[in-house]
Amino acid sequence: MYVYDEFDQTLLNERVAEFSDQIKRRLSGELSEEEFRPLRLMNGTYLQLHAYMLRISIPYGTLSSKKLRMLAHIARRYDRGYGHFTTRQNLQFHWIKLEDLPNAMADLASAGLHGIQTSGNCVRNISTDQWAGVARDEIADPRIYAEILRQHLTLHPEFSFLPRKFKIGITGAAHDRAAVKMHDIGLWLRRGPNGELGFEVAVGGGLGRTPYLAETIRGFCPSRDLLGYVEAILRVYNRYGRRDNIWKARIKILVHDLGVAKFRDEVEAEFEASKDYAPVLDERLVAEITRRFHYPNFENVEDNPPELQAAFHDARFRTWYFNAVAPHRVPGHAIVTISLKPVGLTPGDCTADQMEALADFADQYGYGEIRNGHEQNLCLPSVRQRDLPALWRKLDAVGLALSNVNLITDIIACPGLDYCSLANARAIPVAMEISKRFADPDLQRNIGRLHINISGCINACGHHHIGHIGILGVEKQGQEFYQITLGGKADENAKLGTLIGPSVPFDKVADVIEDVVAAYIELRERPEEIFIDTVRRVGIQPFKERVYAVR
Amino acid sequence: MTSPLDQKLRIDGLVVITANRLRDGAVIYRTAGGGWTTDLAGALVLDAVAPVKAELAQAAGEGTLAVGAYAAPVVHDANGRLVPGNLREIIRSSGPTFDLRRVPAET
Repeated sequence: MYVYDEFDQTLLNERVAEFSDQIKRRLSGELSEEEFRPLRLMNGTYLQLHAYMLRISIPYGTLSSKKLRMLAHIARRYDRGYGHFTTRQNLQFHWIKLEDLPNAMADLASAGLHGIQTSGNCVRNISTDQWAGVARDEIADPRIYAEILRQHLTLHPEFSFLPRKFKIGITGAAHDRAAVKMHDIGLWLRRGPNGELGFEVAVGGGLGRTPYLAETIRGFCPSRDLLGYVEAILRVYNRYGRRDNIWKARIKILVHDLGVAKFRDEVEAEFEASKDYAPVLDERLVAEITRRFHYPNFENVEDNPPELQAAFHDARFRTWYFNAVAPHRVPGHAIVTISLKPVGLTPGDCTADQMEALADFADQYGYGEIRNGHEQNLCLPSVRQRDLPALWRKLDAVGLALSNVNLITDIIACPGLDYCSLANARAIPVAMEISKRFADPDLQRNIGRLHINISGCINACGHHHIGHIGILGVEKQGQEFYQITLGGKADENAKLGTLIGPSVPFDKVADVIEDVVAAYIELRERPEEIFIDTVRRVGIQPFKERVYAVR
Repeated sequence: MTSPLDQKLRIDGLVVITANRLRDGAVIYRTAGGGWTTDLAGALVLDAVAPVKAELAQAAGEGTLAVGAYAAPVVHDANGRLVPGNLREIIRSSGPTFDLRRVPAET
């Protein structure tokens, strides 16, 4: 957990005072909406269909119990008692009132929370692996570098008015849990020839109307050059990125238009030219930032304690354990994923009561730390294995001991037309209906790993392109229709899904998903062959035939 | 659905002028007296471009009451009641199309 220093806190307090004054001047009429809109967006405040929405940044998906309690307080005091965890390690409140925002922002800042970098054409909240620092397959904690980048790029004058929003994803693990290839800059921690730390650097990823996967432009960038190299990329983007057409303004379009080789040459030339004044990430600075990350003082405990072995006699606990619990790098500990995907309810929503309960559980069993990931689930990254049975019972009591992590009901969905002013179609009711169709836990386990992603418009906040099954809502003559893609993947072997055919109406989407799954069950070579591997082996044609033969 | 704010003004049927209330974002409708109401039944109903433009211009000049005013379609239902004319406006008027209650045990 990174602990803010006085400089960080002062920045937040000054921002609250500034934004509060801007709100006051807007409410009095001193500022027009045209003048105020970019100012509120710089603080994560959007105007949606029937209310303002406040988006709060959760840098690298790490929350303390104190911060989660503050989010619960905001939900209860200023909103409608719940919050929505997004696909970009942010949290959204969908019913906030502009007149309440000064107080809400001050409360948030008191816990080190804010809406900076959650909107606007700046470098957005930098996302990472929710298992950062505790994953067994990690070579270094990516949050150290995410924090360094956050500090360097927050309110950076040169990079605060980019052609378009800019997203950076970073991981230190072999298995990509942060969807790094979908980012404008994707960073993988690597070891150099002499064991030194550095980064593979990819650029030009992004979903939306024109989806691309990021392509590597540097196989190894020493960590000391990280800031200089990222600056060089941003400078090239600032120089050549289009500002005349919002749909062509993202860096992915520039990389595609120039070609990745030419883009790389531009970046390398800029990096070389700026070497005399580029920021250097020396070991002292990294050590200073690392020092401010307060790691848990892990207990010296053994794996498989008697308390855990005894609990395996309970079939419900066993099911949950094998679904939601993952190995930890420290013996005697475990990573616990908290699914926010109950059958028939909104993916990613969490009530104030649940947030407070989780904060208590984190304090009691998990060194006070909570994470959130792009799958819209939460995670207690460090739980003593002996405490797992007790934690499970408490999670169960508040509806959070779900055993559907990575299964078909663990659906990623954007807020869609039920909240969002950009959406063309609803996403949440589609997710709800699909999860009801596949509610049977035995059926879910029989189907196995399967990711469904739903977006209510082409902006792709539900990351439909990289879902094993992707669902995109579109509008046709005032009616909601949905395009279905198959074969997308978000991990280190990321792929974009392929459209299987004509779109289907709202009330037929769940039927189509049932058909696709039935086809998969018939087509898989053995039960262990997961959906995405079957799609890769047989292609989309058999699924297409199954879906459209009867329609 | 394409944001109404991005659409060219074309009036094909009955419309009301709608916006979000500045102070809290609530959905509001323009009344015949030049005020605003949260009740669609109290909205001024228009059916031609000229009066719509005039109301929008007036709303834009007011500044501190409403944000993003535009013309939204409405229809009369079988009982003669004024109702929103498309799904987007139904959602704006009535809220999300699912039960917002999160945990069955809490309801």
